[in-house]
Amino acid sequence: MAEKKKDNLLELIKRLVETPGPSGQEHQIRAAVREEIEGYADEIRTDALGNLIVRVGSKKAGGMRVMVSAHIDEIGLMVTHIDEKGFARFLSIGGVSPLTCLGNRVLFMDGTRGVIGMESIEPGTMPTLDKMYIDTGATSAKDCPVQVGDVCGFERPFLDMGKRLVAKSMDDRIAAAIAIEAMKLVKKTSPNEIYFVFSVQEEVGIRGATTAAYGVNPEVGIAVDVTGVGDTPKGFKLNVELGNGPAIKVRDSSFIADPRVVQWMVNEAKAQKLPYQMEVLTFGGTDGRAIQMTREGVPAGCLSIGSRYIHTPSEMVDRADVENSIKLLAGLLNNKIELGEL
Amino acid sequence: MAKKMEAPKMFKPKMGKKELELLGKLTNALAVSGDEQEIRQIVMDELEGFADEMRVDHLGNVLVTKLGKGKKRLRVMVAAHMDEVGFMLIKDEGKGIFEFRTVGGIDPRQLVGKQVIVGRDHVPGIIGAKAIHLTTPQERKQVLPVTQLRIDLGPGGSTKAKPGDRATFATELQVLGPTLCAKALDNRLGVYNLIQLVKNAPENIDLLAAFTVQEEVGLRGAKVAAFSFNPDIGIAIDSTPAFDLPDYHGEENTQYRTHLDGGPAIYVMDGATIADRRLVDWLVDTAKAENIPWQFRQPAPGGTDAGAIHRVREGVPSVSVSVPGRYAHSAAGMARIDDELNTLKLLHAALARLDEKILLRQE
Amino acid sequence: MTFELIPFLKDMLSAPGLSGYERPIRDIISRAWEPLSDELSLSNLGSLLALKRGEGPEPRPTVMIAVHMDAIGLMVTAIEDGFLRFTQVGGVDPRILPGQPVIVHASNSEPKDLPALVVMPPAQLLPKEAGTGPLAQAYLLVDTGLRARDVEKLVRVGDIISFASKPEELAGDTIAGHTLDNRASVAAATVALEMLQKRRHQWDVVADATVQEEVGVIGGLLDPIKIKPDLAIVVDVTFATGPGGSGSTNFELGGGISMNWGANVHPALYKALEETAKDCEIPIYKEFSPSMSGTDAYGIQVAEEGISVVEIGIPLRYMHTPVEQVAIKDIQRAGRLMAEFITNLPLDFMNTVKWE
Repeated sequence: MAEKKKDNLLELIKRLVETPGPSGQEHQIRAAVREEIEGYADEIRTDALGNLIVRVGSKKAGGMRVMVSAHIDEIGLMVTHIDEKGFARFLSIGGVSPLTCLGNRVLFMDGTRGVIGMESIEPGTMPTLDKMYIDTGATSAKDCPVQVGDVCGFERPFLDMGKRLVAKSMDDRIAAAIAIEAMKLVKKTSPNEIYFVFSVQEEVGIRGATTAAYGVNPEVGIAVDVTGVGDTPKGFKLNVELGNGPAIKVRDSSFIADPRVVQWMVNEAKAQKLPYQMEVLTFGGTDGRAIQMTREGVPAGCLSIGSRYIHTPSEMVDRADVENSIKLLAGLLNNKIELGEL
Repeated sequence: MAKKMEAPKMFKPKMGKKELELLGKLTNALAVSGDEQEIRQIVMDELEGFADEMRVDHLGNVLVTKLGKGKKRLRVMVAAHMDEVGFMLIKDEGKGIFEFRTVGGIDPRQLVGKQVIVGRDHVPGIIGAKAIHLTTPQERKQVLPVTQLRIDLGPGGSTKAKPGDRATFATELQVLGPTLCAKALDNRLGVYNLIQLVKNAPENIDLLAAFTVQEEVGLRGAKVAAFSFNPDIGIAIDSTPAFDLPDYHGEENTQYRTHLDGGPAIYVMDGATIADRRLVDWLVDTAKAENIPWQFRQPAPGGTDAGAIHRVREGVPSVSVSVPGRYAHSAAGMARIDDELNTLKLLHAALARLDEKILLRQE
Repeated sequence: MTFELIPFLKDMLSAPGLSGYERPIRDIISRAWEPLSDELSLSNLGSLLALKRGEGPEPRPTVMIAVHMDAIGLMVTAIEDGFLRFTQVGGVDPRILPGQPVIVHASNSEPKDLPALVVMPPAQLLPKEAGTGPLAQAYLLVDTGLRARDVEKLVRVGDIISFASKPEELAGDTIAGHTLDNRASVAAATVALEMLQKRRHQWDVVADATVQEEVGVIGGLLDPIKIKPDLAIVVDVTFATGPGGSGSTNFELGGGISMNWGANVHPALYKALEETAKDCEIPIYKEFSPSMSGTDAYGIQVAEEGISVVEIGIPLRYMHTPVEQVAIKDIQRAGRLMAEFITNLPLDFMNTVKWE
């Protein structure tokens, strides 16, 4: 029985990570998420920028209006020019490192595929995006199947390594999976009114969550996102490691998590006897900032999943971390929220 | 596909003597971010009697409402920023010589050896440079930072201006064949277009015209204007760089942004906004239906007021349309008269065929 | 009801209160503002708001005084053999760190303040890239003097670290200590509130000790939405002349206060405040921020439909170090200027605040 449940989880993750949807082109992933949550939602709407906003429950005595945000957009590329020979120049959507591009395959929203090539560069110099191009197999500008403004993401299949899971766009589809699974575990007895926001355009500046949070107007919020780890050879000096549990964010470079939210999350992890780790990220940003900056301000935090190789086509997370994150998030949403004194 | 709405009057913009006069007034004015009064005054004078409501808000934006007729009208905010990049005097060194800083992004290499105008009286001044005879070849390899440059009003000039006054290039509008040559085409072309749109507003929409301030220092006016208006749709109209010069080695120029003579430039994505695709399609469809030349502004860094507009409240579907112009943010830029007229034509035609169906999501 | 400026300042300068963790400083300010106001409240993220009602008929306009109370500092990122690695909260030049006395606010078991030092490891223990110049923050450590196993029990990643320097009165009626940026301004606002006890004013006044200014003018962006002021006065610190000062944009310690001129400020408000300063014989100097000021004014001006803002500055030496220095006289001047301005504010004042 337990194994079948896990398969469903892997099926969900596979579906989410393999669906194309860079910032601004989230319609396919939004539809996929919508299908997954339809049976569990009390109310579903899509806002002006394309955020999918799903309400579960109504506020009861002692409950709070909570926003959970997982972004469904991924990084990608946009065509800026088709040259005379039919090669497509491009601009990055979100943070794409040139090191992850060379020889990689891309998938356009209409199914067209391409390969990324590069002009020859001086030995010893770093590749840059402006020296690269997408080769769709065209022989001239006339027979090129893509045009300026077309969008593609990286294409790479989901890989189940057992203990570890690998795919492109674990950032942030793994969080969408966690949110969906937690949504399934929300009980009718929960006093809280919960808004699961599957947000858009996070990778280009946390834009979707900004407008979604304004509309939801929550009293407390948690973003769910990936975070960098320090457990690879000569990597960044970061505290979080794969397999040590869901990470509770204290800060990143976009916001300082509200200490009351941090403690609330720690208390829940301790109550469930779940492994957890504290996270301080010296770069990067998440939807947590957008929630915090809503109207008069909202206490906000972030539940992070440690991930290796972020913003490459092979992001790696730990399976137990994912399962424990689901348990942690569900617990936070099912119980009365005690935030402590300001 | 939206049905073509009945436009009550044919709109055929031209660039005759009267139009050039207004455009000249706009480009020659001194209105640096934070002190947009000269443009504000021209806008308010021009639109007197045309607006249903016109007010100035806490930041100095001019917010103009022109109501349409009929049911279920879309509220469409069209924004054009009044401010230009320029300078502020920060210290009087005596004898008419002032230390200054730039306001907004100006390449310091554009400053040396130029004529400027200072303050509301447009006091003439110069940004001098050392005589070449007195420089070494080594020295000439260094860019002169703005901290080392001075605005010189001439001896006794210290009575004519004071620290805090704004300044800009002294360039006046000229017509060079098919081309407008002036400073601040970014964004006096947008302001000019918005004035014409208000005067010829199509009746199927409520036109919420925002003449915004402080775009060049962070899209600040547009943020509060959009919050006040709370529109259904946002459109920023501006002027955008054309880097369409020949490559030095004769290779293909793949980063031209826009081309002069290519018509109005429609944005898909810039550094601040991913345009709503339904609005992009609406503009392209209009251009094709009306036989107006058009181009995509190459996806590239840069930003317009749409960057602020689309993020207010619960979000506003937004897009930008710009007149291509060379040499932006320098003493003199160039734009084609035809590109300017076609931009205005496209905007008017597109607004005239807008209806609420455009916001229905296709999925 | 008497309020003593220097003891109050010293109290504030002895307390932590990093961005996001302002409770300790908020408590001190709260005790001082309680007798000086009609109502105290908190914003959602912990800014302290003190409302002093005016005498005008309702609905009365509101003037907001924004003074950020948060401090810059450090935060634990890792625990290695009992030594702490850290990052910064707000802008800290790492060159001022070696040898600094700090306090680690440990929270892994019960909350405990641990005095500690920032230390430089010997060069032979560092990689070659560390070089011989100033050590990058990544190579510095915090040493609590405790055994590793005790540190692991007490401290966790994410704990904040504040500067432990004690406030010191120096010659020339100046005072030195950490976080005079921006507690000097909080003191000035308190001076204003105290003076207003003996004055009559029409407008409502809300003094707002904002949170998290140092990490992005957070309180500045959010609090006006709660307060809905008709105009706002921001008080922050500005650069004073002296060692480390830089030429044309500095002001004398004790020479008066600065008034900001630039895109973040409404020129009509500037002129009105300037007139008040002349009437009270408070020396003021024009400070230029051509594109933007790096203060709460930047956030307040674009809140919702926009707010008319004016900004004054208290000259300060050695900004963002634990030995910041201001002149007491300048704090009093800033407070007096605000009190005089507010006292004379007619109910229809905003009709005169026009763009011209």
